[in-house]
Amino acid sequence: MVCNATIEDYALRSIGIGEKLLPKSDITLCDQFVLIGSGIIWNLYFCIIALAFGFIFAILTAIIRFNKYIVLSKVMDIYVFIFRGSPLFIQFFCAYEVFVLLPKIGIDINLLFTTITVETSWLTKAWLGAVLVLFLNTTAYSSEIFYGALKSIPKHDIEAAEAFGLSTRRKYRKIIIPTMLRNSWSSYTNEAIFLFHATTLVFFSSFPAWRQSGDALYYASYFADKTFNPFVPYPIIAIYFISITLLIILIFKIINVYFTKHLPKERKMPIKLFKNMVR
Amino acid sequence: MFEYCADPDVLSTFEWFSCYLTNGKHLLFYKSFGLIILLLVITAPLAMLLGLLAAVAIKSKFLLLRLFSKAYANIVRGIPDIIFFLFIPITIDQLIEFSRHKIKCPEMVDSVWQGSDFIVCSAAKLPLNSDPQWIHDIYGFLLAVMSFAIVYGAFAANTFHGAMNSVPQSQIETGKSFGMSRKQLYISIIFPQMWRYALPGLSNLWMLLIKSTPLLFLLGIQDVVYWARELGGSKTSIFQYPHPDWRVWYFLSLLVFYLLLTKISELILNRISKKIYLPI
Repeated sequence: MVCNATIEDYALRSIGIGEKLLPKSDITLCDQFVLIGSGIIWNLYFCIIALAFGFIFAILTAIIRFNKYIVLSKVMDIYVFIFRGSPLFIQFFCAYEVFVLLPKIGIDINLLFTTITVETSWLTKAWLGAVLVLFLNTTAYSSEIFYGALKSIPKHDIEAAEAFGLSTRRKYRKIIIPTMLRNSWSSYTNEAIFLFHATTLVFFSSFPAWRQSGDALYYASYFADKTFNPFVPYPIIAIYFISITLLIILIFKIINVYFTKHLPKERKMPIKLFKNMVR
Repeated sequence: MFEYCADPDVLSTFEWFSCYLTNGKHLLFYKSFGLIILLLVITAPLAMLLGLLAAVAIKSKFLLLRLFSKAYANIVRGIPDIIFFLFIPITIDQLIEFSRHKIKCPEMVDSVWQGSDFIVCSAAKLPLNSDPQWIHDIYGFLLAVMSFAIVYGAFAANTFHGAMNSVPQSQIETGKSFGMSRKQLYISIIFPQMWRYALPGLSNLWMLLIKSTPLLFLLGIQDVVYWARELGGSKTSIFQYPHPDWRVWYFLSLLVFYLLLTKISELILNRISKKIYLPI
């Protein structure tokens, strides 16, 4: 294969392994495929981390809002309003400027056997700062999805659980959270897809691509600038994104089957894509 | 703006700010907010029209039209919108310039893509290099409108497709049994009724559209983000109004602007949806 050398040089270029310089002239199709594919690593990283933490915190915030704790619920409502009501692009800019203004200090965290110094300057790097913004953003959107699902849980389900004498913890674990997830899975799938798409914004807002290690769109626009021919890099990145979008749908469908395997056929909810877009 | 602004160095804080916030560049900054509203007002109907056309085409009798519209509605949604905002303007631009090149300069036989350049004769450039700046601005803005309309048209196509399918089937069959043509069915049965089913989807789309307007910045248009970066960056004493890095304040004001815009839209859309509430 002619491509082997390129794969060796550029397959992990986006995380700083391999050739230092990007191809400047004589850009081949192979270069574009490999380098854009290497950028996808960043997109996946942003998406997976933000989604994983966002999922847990969204459930927590949704439950807090559902239970109407006086002060805490109000704070959560305002947080969700701010992050859902404003564009992610502006959020990135704001957050970056705030992170830049933070005093440059290291915070020592004592882990008994060793000490880690957490530096605030890490927040101005994409790997932490952008992930934080994406996490806050997706938590807000997911929280709204889950909160809506919580409100639509039939009252008698919860009452039945209480009548059985389930403790609050068991009531949530066995009844409320599973029902909530089942009812909102379709919307949550859409949220995951939108989040994955939103990861392309990171390097186009303020976050700098350190040593030209950027995401897929960073490289695609690099090639479009260098060759002045948009008809190759953008369709390539489109192929990558469509395939990963399909993969996300597949994974969420498998989880959906697992969630609903005990239900009779007419109560199984198929995932409706792009039906109710929340973003 | 004000007369006392001639020498900003001697002003009190309040007067300094009143001068600073009304200088020429700030007025341009305020105008760029109007640009966003203008983009929204032009793009929303265009995208809806495109979506409606695509939704009708999805149900068309012609296989080719059906396939094309389905591909359009589905592919655009599978790809991040920002990729289209980078791709469509440059594509339209090159297509127009390429065809103008072929028409206006037939004597040039070289390929327009030479290595890393895109070379057309100067008569084929659009807008012409000799044109004034405002024509360049309007051309750039039109390209942006087209990109937004194409992307959101695909989303709208999906919403309309779903809404058309939600119109009760029995009514369409009744219409058919009255001997209505396809055109009559659409005009007198489907179109008037689909709006109430489409409203939730369209409301969501409007919110999506508002929240994607800052991406205008990526199209090289002097929009709110451009001015916020420009004005907020730290200014040394060479400038008339020196100040440290204030970008965070400028971006926070953009955040507030967008929060207001989405909140007001939400209130209005809620009112409309209450009015045409669907008794199911």
